[in-house]
Amino acid sequence: MSMTDGPTPLQTAAAEQAAEEREASSKAAGKSDLAQRGRRKPGYFSDRWHALSRQQQWAFLIIVVVLAYLLPLMNPPIITTEPGNNFALACFDMARFALIAVGLNVVVGYAGLLDLGYVAFFAVGSYCAAMLTSPDSPFLHIPYLWTIPIAMAVTMFFGVVLGVPTLRLRGDYLAIVTLGFGEIVRILATIIPAMKGQVGFQNVGHPPGTEADGTPIFSNSNGVPWYWLTLTIIIIVTLLVGNLERSRVGRAWIAIREDEDAAEIMGVPTFKYKVWAFAIGAAIGGLSGALFAGQVGFVNNQKFDVTTSILFLAAVVLGGAGNKVGAILGGALVSYIPLRFTAIAEYKYLIFGIALVLIMIFRSQGLLPARQRLLAYGRTALNKVTSREGTEPKDTDNPSAGPGTRAAGQRGAEA
Amino acid sequence: MLPSLVPLLPTENDWITFDIPSLAQNFWSATFDGLTFGAIYALVALGYTLVYGVLNLINFAHSEVFIVGCYAVFFTLSSLGFGPSVPRLDIWAIILNLLLALVLAMVASAVTAFLLERIAYKPLRQRNAPRLVFLITAIGASFTIQYLIYLWRGPSPELALTMFRPTPIFDVFGTIVDSQQLVIIIAAVIMMVGIDRFISKSRTGRGIRAVAQDPDTATLMGVNKERIIITTFIIGGLLAGAAALFYVMKIPSGVQYSGGFVLGIKAFAAAVLGGIGNVRGALLGGLLLGLIGNYGQILLGNSQWTDVVAFVVLVLVLLLRPEGILGTSLGRSKA
Repeated sequence: MSMTDGPTPLQTAAAEQAAEEREASSKAAGKSDLAQRGRRKPGYFSDRWHALSRQQQWAFLIIVVVLAYLLPLMNPPIITTEPGNNFALACFDMARFALIAVGLNVVVGYAGLLDLGYVAFFAVGSYCAAMLTSPDSPFLHIPYLWTIPIAMAVTMFFGVVLGVPTLRLRGDYLAIVTLGFGEIVRILATIIPAMKGQVGFQNVGHPPGTEADGTPIFSNSNGVPWYWLTLTIIIIVTLLVGNLERSRVGRAWIAIREDEDAAEIMGVPTFKYKVWAFAIGAAIGGLSGALFAGQVGFVNNQKFDVTTSILFLAAVVLGGAGNKVGAILGGALVSYIPLRFTAIAEYKYLIFGIALVLIMIFRSQGLLPARQRLLAYGRTALNKVTSREGTEPKDTDNPSAGPGTRAAGQRGAEA
Repeated sequence: MLPSLVPLLPTENDWITFDIPSLAQNFWSATFDGLTFGAIYALVALGYTLVYGVLNLINFAHSEVFIVGCYAVFFTLSSLGFGPSVPRLDIWAIILNLLLALVLAMVASAVTAFLLERIAYKPLRQRNAPRLVFLITAIGASFTIQYLIYLWRGPSPELALTMFRPTPIFDVFGTIVDSQQLVIIIAAVIMMVGIDRFISKSRTGRGIRAVAQDPDTATLMGVNKERIIITTFIIGGLLAGAAALFYVMKIPSGVQYSGGFVLGIKAFAAAVLGGIGNVRGALLGGLLLGLIGNYGQILLGNSQWTDVVAFVVLVLVLLLRPEGILGTSLGRSKA
């Protein structure tokens, strides 16, 4: 259990530790002290959130979800991306990025594995959907909805094939191997004749159902049903991932992220759980790829540039690696900013490249830092501790004071 | 159900075809060409290997250090009057011009590497940041440089320059070896041997090995760690600049904003193949990868297969012998 209440993955453990020592004397003053210093400590919003009662949280969540569903219909004036881009399609794009970020967050945020070829899984998912539904492909044709689980299974398989050789080694190799994989998938789509290169696959299938006048509900030009479908999938996936996060698997991931050697010694089968994280992340990537293929209706080799992976990574890092709400927010933002401000769309790779460096140097925990508490029995434990806050504020005020911090600091020193 | 399953196995021409006769026919020319590419990979791979040896960091932005060198070569030579046609200069003038381009490219790459270290990595090192933070910063820096070049020069490759007309020197097994291949291979090998001597004999080289082996002990023994790290980055930059000249010589149309990225992955694969952190391993890995990639390309009939073959080699090496052919340690290389 002690492994789960470590610091955020990207936190600069040593700096925190130094700050902690400096503040050691003033710690007794507790929260007000930090507030006086005019510094919002990491996790400010999440603290506010956890201070609410269960009912308040649900009420708030339901409002947010309803608003999210209504977003493309409301088309709010300042937020809207029109006239540059159709707002409903922009909403779908944001939802797609958010789903991708949720998937990548499992790999980068929870397990601390740097996957730079995430776009490849997205591509594999898209090609699965396209090749099994498009009339251009010589393969067996099946209904579109069946391609979604198939795409997930195939990408999961690719994830395992790629993960098994690399995950036994140190994390850095995974980064470059996935980067290479991202490039290779695009090249293979170009040079293998059966993948049809730039010609691609037209008329990719879509979910069944037609309007009264016979046009399909899920048409390429109408983003609203696609957005609702994707949003529903995001909610389901987030709930499932949240359950995993609070389970033995999630605790193992966080232990691996904080200190792989320590986790191994404590009896966590690190290799197994790393492959799990990688495969689950890949499957979510494939899922979003299949959705994308269905919405756009056309898949060719031009859509899966490896540079797109960097946008995905920027989404996770910007939102806060290890925080699923942060990932959704980050994904939506990374997609939204170029669509809303079309003048800067051309510079988006540059902007997000610089953003990655700056976030890492100045605020490595992102917009919404990862939860730093006991995840499994967090609520009860937290309440018990906070009720005694006046007497012993140390544990709640400085979550980074867990044993994980020291270990992470040492690991950093070795690097 | 069964008849519809048949198309699941399209004709074999749709997938991958092996052209063995073509490989047999072109075996020796593929070998010499492969060695030429391999020499270029090896020079870039050294930059990865040295930084990895000292900092345990995959410097993703090294590919951009290299492409900056390529642009330096391009601008130097085009301002000296080189163009797509063979220059009308005598041999000594060409050599002088190329040497000037070499020096400027090395300086440009070294300055890039230096700035990269100071701006992106040093703040993280001072805070003792976790490894993941370093990796994300490196990839962010790489994309920043890449897209700065993209915004400046646009997506299309620069005009191809011809430095000199490759003249046949001698032939082996009926295959002509030309002056271009010879120049690249010999110059690269000389540089590689020089670096190997430098790392194993000089005072700075001893410092690099000491920091690679144990940074804390090295510091206690009076090695200036910061200076060693910056020196390592600069050496990597200098070699990448040299590789840039040979790259532009070999692939004149390859000066493009994304040109470094693909070559970087191959160079990194070469470093891992030979044993990352090992100077001689980088040479061996580079030459081997050049050969394997070139054979694969001819066997499979499309130049883009080179990248795929390099990647498959990387995965296989990681699977079968992750420490590479010669082992991984820079610190433990022979004194």
